[in-house]
Amino acid sequence: MRGRNHPGWWAFLVHRISGIALALFLPLHFWALGQALEAAAKLEAFLRWTDQPLFHIGMWGLVVLLAAHLAGGLRVLALEFLPWRDWHKTLAAVAAAFALAAGLAFALAL
Amino acid sequence: MSRREKGAAPPSDPPQLLVRVWRGHADGEFQPFEVPRHATQTVLDVVMHIQRSLDATLAYRYACRVGMCGSCAMTVNGVPRWTCRTHVDKVAGDGRLEIAPLSNLPVIRDLVADMREFFDKWARSRGRFDGGNTRHDEFARVAPASTERQQVESGIECIGCGVCYSACDSVAWNPDYLGPAALLRAWTLVNDVRDTAGLERLRAVSGDAGCASCHTHLSCTERCPKQLSPTAGIAGLKRAVALAALKGTL
Repeated sequence: MRGRNHPGWWAFLVHRISGIALALFLPLHFWALGQALEAAAKLEAFLRWTDQPLFHIGMWGLVVLLAAHLAGGLRVLALEFLPWRDWHKTLAAVAAAFALAAGLAFALAL
Repeated sequence: MSRREKGAAPPSDPPQLLVRVWRGHADGEFQPFEVPRHATQTVLDVVMHIQRSLDATLAYRYACRVGMCGSCAMTVNGVPRWTCRTHVDKVAGDGRLEIAPLSNLPVIRDLVADMREFFDKWARSRGRFDGGNTRHDEFARVAPASTERQQVESGIECIGCGVCYSACDSVAWNPDYLGPAALLRAWTLVNDVRDTAGLERLRAVSGDAGCASCHTHLSCTERCPKQLSPTAGIAGLKRAVALAALKGTL
């Protein structure tokens, strides 16, 4: 593990974990949307039930995961498809800052 | 002859480094040693002291001692490094060292890793130069400022120490993966305007064992003792392979 303690590997780990977490969330997301196909009232009842602090924190977590995964993916694309330069640590920092800013903005809007 | 002043306290013993050294084969274990701590001491100095003064049976590999041959790489406190140019000050602030053979390679004995697979992969990535000229042709002129030459400016300085290969998680996950050094070598040849095996080389570095297996952890770039960036070469290969696949020439 000691050999992996550098920004590039941490950026990879955040990208991988956020991707897996989002993939695990997607079935739940589609199931919730599917409630509307059966009855609008059923979806409405479900949405009202989720309107509580624990779910708000969960939504904040989802936004952070989405922002981190998006920024991490753009970071890899920039690294691999733009002319190479020694900016990989800067890119990792920018991706982290973007995820943090998105998380803060969402938390303030809650 | 001592020039110590009369009445001054005798010099104390030099502080000791606590060194744990891997002994045996893959199923071996760490053996503790105490080694005198000196100023400007390298990790290779520590290993040499153990072998020459404490345990003559210790197996390790080195040659030039000046960072040119790439033969003394080992895992030092969990990080692959060239030991001849790694100062103890830099890696053992607390006076403790843990020295093991390079990972991702079979252990022959003690600190000696079997490098055959590492170099076989250079061959598998078609890492040899295939020229089209003979001795009767004019010298090829490669402009130093040309894009191709600039792309491999640093890559051609690789000394084949195996540090990047040992640091690479993609190698650990996929033992067939050619690894950073072999792919960087291939990248230098892809950019060599004299080389005639470009397409065969792109075929050799595509596929499951090739450049697409790199997950861009950047450990090779982080750990390379020559500050090269195999990741840059692998990214270049990914672009070249993708372009060839789009053109239908791969």
